[in-house]
Amino acid sequence: MSNENHEGKPTLNGDQNLPAHAGEERLSAPVAREGMFGAKTTGDTSGYGRLLVRRPAAQDSERPFTDPDDPRTARFDEIADTLEESLREGPVDFGAAIERVVVDRGELTLHVRREHLPEVARRLRDDPALRFELCLGVTGVHYPQDSGRELHAVYWMRSITHNTEMRLEVSCPDADPHIPSIVDTYPTNDWHEREAYDFFGIVFDGHPSLTRIEMPDDWHGHPQRKDYPLGGIPVEYRGATIPPPDERRSYT
Amino acid sequence: MSTNVTEDYIDASGGDWDEVIAAAQESGAERLVVNMGPQHPSTHGVLRLILTLDGETVTDARVGIGYLHTGIEKNMEFRTWTQGTTFVTRMDYLTPIFNEVAYCLAVERLLDITDQVPDRATVIRVLMMELNRMSSHFVAMATFGMELGATTIMTNGFREREMVLDIFELITGLRMNHGYIRPGGVAQDLPHGAVGKIRELLKEMPKRLKILRKLLDANPLYLARTRDVAYLDLAGCMALGVTGPLLRASGLGWDLRKAKPYCGYENYEFDVPVSDGCDVYARYRVRVAEMEQSLRIIEQCLDRLQSGPVMVDDPKIGWPAQLTLGPDGLGNSPDHIAHIMGSSMEALIHHFKIVTEGFRVPPGQAYAAVESAKGELGCHAVSDGGTRPHRVHFRDPSFTHLQAVAAMCEGGAVADVIAAVASIDP
Repeated sequence: MSNENHEGKPTLNGDQNLPAHAGEERLSAPVAREGMFGAKTTGDTSGYGRLLVRRPAAQDSERPFTDPDDPRTARFDEIADTLEESLREGPVDFGAAIERVVVDRGELTLHVRREHLPEVARRLRDDPALRFELCLGVTGVHYPQDSGRELHAVYWMRSITHNTEMRLEVSCPDADPHIPSIVDTYPTNDWHEREAYDFFGIVFDGHPSLTRIEMPDDWHGHPQRKDYPLGGIPVEYRGATIPPPDERRSYT
Repeated sequence: MSTNVTEDYIDASGGDWDEVIAAAQESGAERLVVNMGPQHPSTHGVLRLILTLDGETVTDARVGIGYLHTGIEKNMEFRTWTQGTTFVTRMDYLTPIFNEVAYCLAVERLLDITDQVPDRATVIRVLMMELNRMSSHFVAMATFGMELGATTIMTNGFREREMVLDIFELITGLRMNHGYIRPGGVAQDLPHGAVGKIRELLKEMPKRLKILRKLLDANPLYLARTRDVAYLDLAGCMALGVTGPLLRASGLGWDLRKAKPYCGYENYEFDVPVSDGCDVYARYRVRVAEMEQSLRIIEQCLDRLQSGPVMVDDPKIGWPAQLTLGPDGLGNSPDHIAHIMGSSMEALIHHFKIVTEGFRVPPGQAYAAVESAKGELGCHAVSDGGTRPHRVHFRDPSFTHLQAVAAMCEGGAVADVIAAVASIDP
């Protein structure tokens, strides 16, 4: 908590901590939310109604990915180098396939361009030096403010051989929610991709039978998206009416 | 609901069984499609199996899940980070503690306070997880016995489990759905008498496990129903993402407690039981052996318990009050209430803010995994910097493992489907 300012933005280090730089970056970040308390129907007397909260810009880590002070990151450079070498044998190179690399909280995230996901997944599984033989499924995350790349699919990979783990993140725009399926590389992703499709509407091209899995077949909409209402009804308790959770005052 | 007869198959989706048989005799179709569940007890909650049968042989097994979908992940996006514990504990009522720990580890990683969680809280977490592992394995075995018609296993299993649940009730106040593990520590310190009760369990449980082993280990009936049934080898497990006892019953001693220690598991002495039978019997043997190891860990936990705080020393995160038992049997915090209502306005404001608003979590994402009783349970938490999760996703082992039903059942007898599903312990 301590390394952030009041807007939930991590404090920048070194030279960038100068007010000019900090301000520049803050003002260029997309607006995450306006106003406060989630009040939409009543007049705002708090003065916070015109508040603009900006989300920090997308992070990007530079090499080296291994931080000598953080043992959790010990193998990250090795993974990136091996993958780079392995991809060189194929049709795409590392720079083209991997949009950016993020190291955060001791976790490695590779942002993969969606068209190259199957190639990267296959390399990760089959290269003896990588050998991520276990894919722990995929889940969607909806970032409505991240225009052009609203829907993210997040894959968690684990190598039992080398005891390493990492995350793949693939994004696609809401207007064209297509991501190639990796079920033929990781059969375990069958249901996980169906779930991500069911909840987020991400279409996994090449999936053997992409149907809903949790919701009924004839359901409309994709419930985990941010624009999908939670639902619920007001409840009366001792004469007072308690609104449903998504209409209550919120502090975020 | 009616019997739908085509040239290829007879779809028995309800109705009178005599009619189905008559229709089957009339038509030349060889295959019968039946629904198993979603209401039958052997389908563990509400699981629906759609089986295509050729005589007694299952040619196709398809699984319909979704009857248990309750929108917990969506609901959590409308509650504070602390309130999330209340939701995740209900995701699987047999492994509530594991759900809570996975969630709290993810939130703590987001907050970057993993190292600040007090020792006592970590030891209590391990203690509770290992107790929970035992209670979950007991249910796995009990329901398995019941489904095969062996009610003694069922009554024994549930009786043993009740001993664990009594301890849970003493410590958390509830038999299940505890909401006990919280981001930053645990909700309450161990109450008076808890350690003594756990010591009693440690004394009694080995005898009970011995009885269970005597009853089942070499029981010819049990062996006939479990040996070489629902075979899934290591290659199958890897392809289908199967972890936990099922993976260890196919010969690979992979256990996150050893491989990626969390909550200080590296400081405990225990073995990872492995079997290479790949069948239902091997999974049973692994589970029983794991319970014996759990007892070892619990004993070490009791020795490691040092007095100290059970919540992180950060008033911006830790819950301000500790409950004490009131005369009416309900928990309350008289000292804390006297403090905030009588002596400190700041404490009242702080209490109000942390309870209604919650704490802010720096933006980012984290994944934390624990070795639950059923396999790798992962929690992927995303924060946008607010007081509520932007997204929380659970990688649930049962969800993944149920994909293996087709691989385990197809080509086998219809009676073995029950054994297969029960051995997955969804």
